[in-house]
Amino acid sequence: MASTVLFYLFAGFAIACALSLVYHRNPLYSAISLIGVFIALSCIYVTLAAPFIAAVQILIYAGAIMVLVVFVIMLLNLDEDRPLTRLKYLYALGAGLGLILLVQTFFIFYAVMRAPNHTVNVDQTVGKTLSIGQAMYSEYLLPVEIVGVLLLMAIIGGVILVRRLEPTQLRLVINEELDRRNEGQEKDDFRIAL
Amino acid sequence: MEPSLASYLALSGILFTIGATGVVFKRNALGMFMCIELMLNAVNLTFVAFSRYYADVTGQLFVFMVMSVAAAEAAVGLGIIIAFYRNSVSIDVDDASLLKN
Repeated sequence: MASTVLFYLFAGFAIACALSLVYHRNPLYSAISLIGVFIALSCIYVTLAAPFIAAVQILIYAGAIMVLVVFVIMLLNLDEDRPLTRLKYLYALGAGLGLILLVQTFFIFYAVMRAPNHTVNVDQTVGKTLSIGQAMYSEYLLPVEIVGVLLLMAIIGGVILVRRLEPTQLRLVINEELDRRNEGQEKDDFRIAL
Repeated sequence: MEPSLASYLALSGILFTIGATGVVFKRNALGMFMCIELMLNAVNLTFVAFSRYYADVTGQLFVFMVMSVAAAEAAVGLGIIIAFYRNSVSIDVDDASLLKN
C-alpha cells in the first residue's frame, strides 16, 4: 500500500516537472524542472528495489549532466526563447505526434494489463551493487569496455569541438596541411616517374 | 500491494510523450537537448521496471549503458551548441540553416 502511494506521489511530481520543462521558455527554469524529474525518477527506482541505479541517477544525471547544462546556460547568458512565429504548423505537428504516442502508450497499458501473472518475482539480490558489479565484469565485460571507448571518443570530440585557434596558429595548421599535401603530390610524381 | 508493471509503463510512456512533444515545440537547442534527456530517462524507467518484475539484472545494466551514452551525448552536444553559439550569436535551431539551399 505504501509503495503504491509513493509511486503515485512521485509519478505526479515527475509528470508535473516534465510539463513545466516543456512549458517554460527560460532554459534555466527548464533545467531546474528536469532536475525535479530526475529526483522523482530516482525515488521511483528506490521503490523498485534498485538502489544502485537510484544513486547513479542522482550522481550522473542530476549531478554531472545537469551541472554541465546549467553551466552552458550561464556561460551563454541566453535570453528567453522567442515565441513561435514562422513555424506555426509545428504546434499541430507536435500535438499530433504526442497524441499518437499517447495512444500507443495506452495500447501497451492494456496489453500488459491483459497478460497473465505479472507478479513481482521477489529476488532480493537483484539490484544490489554486488549483483550488478558481478554481471558487469563477467557476462557484460565487452559492452562495458565498448562504453569506455565511447566515452573516450566523446571526450576527444568535445575537446576538438570547443578548441579555438588563434589566427597565427590557424595559419600554421593550414601551412602544415598544405606542405603535407605537396609532399604527397611529390611522392605520387616520384612513383609515376618510377 | 505494489503498483502493477503497467502503471510503470504508463508513466514511462507519458514522460516519453512529453519529451517527444517538447523536442518538436522547443526552438532552443538546449531545450531540445533537455527534452531528449527526458526521453532517455523514460526508457530507463521501463528497463528498471522490467528488471524488477522479471528479477533479472540485465535491465539495470542496460540503464547504466544508457547513462554512459547520455553523458557522451552531453559532452558532444554541449560542445556543438557552444561552437554554434560562437558562429551565430544564438542557439535558436531556426538559425542553424547553413546547409539549406
